Amino acid sequence: MAHLELDKVSAAYGKLRVLDGIELSVAKGETVGLIGPSGSGKSTILRVLTGLLKPETGSVRVAGETINFDKPADIRTLRNRTAIVFQQYNLFQNLTVLENVMIAPIKVHGRKRSEVQAEAENLLEKVGLANKLESYPDQLSGGQQQRVAIARGLCLKPEILLLDEVTAALDPELVSEVLDTIRELAAEGMTMVIVSHEMGFIREISARVAFMADGKVVELGAPADIFDAPNQDRTRDFVGKILRH
Amino acid sequence: MGGFFSELASLATYHNIVFLAKGALTTIALSAFGCILGGLFGTLLAVARLTSGWLSWPLRAFALVFTEFFRRVPFLVTLMLCFFAFQFGGFDVSTLTVGCVTVVLIGTAFLAEIVRAGLQSVHPNQWHAAAAMNFTLLQTIRYVILPQAWTVILPPAFGFFILFIKDSALASQIGVVELTYVGKVFNNRGFSAGVSFGVILLAYFMLSYPLSRLGAKLEKKLGTSRTR
Ligand SMILES: Nc1ncnc2c1ncn2[C@@H]1O[C@H](COP(=O)(O)OP(=O)(O)OP(=O)(O)O)[C@@H](O)[C@H]1O
Ligand SMILES: [Mg+2]
Repeated sequence: MAHLELDKVSAAYGKLRVLDGIELSVAKGETVGLIGPSGSGKSTILRVLTGLLKPETGSVRVAGETINFDKPADIRTLRNRTAIVFQQYNLFQNLTVLENVMIAPIKVHGRKRSEVQAEAENLLEKVGLANKLESYPDQLSGGQQQRVAIARGLCLKPEILLLDEVTAALDPELVSEVLDTIRELAAEGMTMVIVSHEMGFIREISARVAFMADGKVVELGAPADIFDAPNQDRTRDFVGKILRH
Repeated sequence: MGGFFSELASLATYHNIVFLAKGALTTIALSAFGCILGGLFGTLLAVARLTSGWLSWPLRAFALVFTEFFRRVPFLVTLMLCFFAFQFGGFDVSTLTVGCVTVVLIGTAFLAEIVRAGLQSVHPNQWHAAAAMNFTLLQTIRYVILPQAWTVILPPAFGFFILFIKDSALASQIGVVELTYVGKVFNNRGFSAGVSFGVILLAYFMLSYPLSRLGAKLEKKLGTSRTR
């Protein structure tokens, strides 16, 4: 069964139409990659999936249930199932690294502090930040902040993980570490939507890849098809350009 | 100059000093009421204005109208409004009560606006991250937004507190015996204006100076913490 389904979803910022009839479904435990030119609406899809942006038309279903974006209870359910790692990390500037990771599990999910702390420290160690627990976000490099954001997302124990350019600020060595973490998650059956410009990464990690342009899913298929034998000219153009780099 | 000091000495009788102290206490009480309760209610109004959803629209509307109204009406007019509202309603309350209610109304309106601007100065992505993790509005404000907004809220808030101590003088217009009123009484009793109001001036300074020092200290302390 589809874990996540977008059916003809359109969304706009004010008058600017950003998503235009998006059709996308993600099976339970599947990893779907989103690629496409800057401004094509990749981040916006993730915003819709976390209830931060209400679609104008179309429907979003999670585990078979249609989300009513006007109903706070529905939004809460949606947000309980998903975790997002933002493109700009969005770490809480007033909290330390450790507190950033721990606050939602403790305050929102009401879990025990000692238990959460053990988990948070474990996750932060996994992303190579064991020595930065007491630092504040503005004392960290972009790549370090990005990894805190990943740990924060994972500590929520979501069913569905939404990753927006999580390797963009990382150097190659770290990319492979973060990749390992994501691979493990995929193996554990996490449902994931991953936005990235890193084509090697997307190709390796995704079961299917969606190519987006102008707020539409232009083409959706297995990585091998999208990268090696795309059907659409726009996909071929984009993939060709990116791979040549 | 000698006349000034001899006059000052003759002013310094036990009764006059007690009277002055009472006036000072009333001024402190009025200011404290306005600042503390005003700060509390003002914060509530600021939060009310940030609610969303159609159920809470009366709350938002009330907060907006209240804030905009009492910030625009002159202090003295609000004071008179309260005075006559109590009279009209048949409540037999002291002028001090009327003064206290007035300062709370005004403090609430001004501090609501200061707090609202502070909350809104925090980067939207902080709100988004909290929302995506299912923080409630109050949790977001308490754990994420207010700690970052203090640096923006405190300077104008302390500026307002200090103005407010002075403005509470207007309560003398309806007969509240606060510092300015005490000065007028001294003056009426035949002490020169220089001595009567010189003493009052000093008293005002002694009230507001520590407050501005405290404000500067807090700003410095919070200024070194995280902002962005
Ligand atoms: N908060 C906003 N207000 C108004 N317009 C916005 C906002 N956020 C994004 N947009 C617009 O929506 C469109 C899609 O943006 P989106 O962030 O989804 O693109 P993207 O595919 O994630 O791009 P990138 O690869 O650069 O991250 C863009 O044209 C952008 O200018
Ligand atoms: Mg983006």
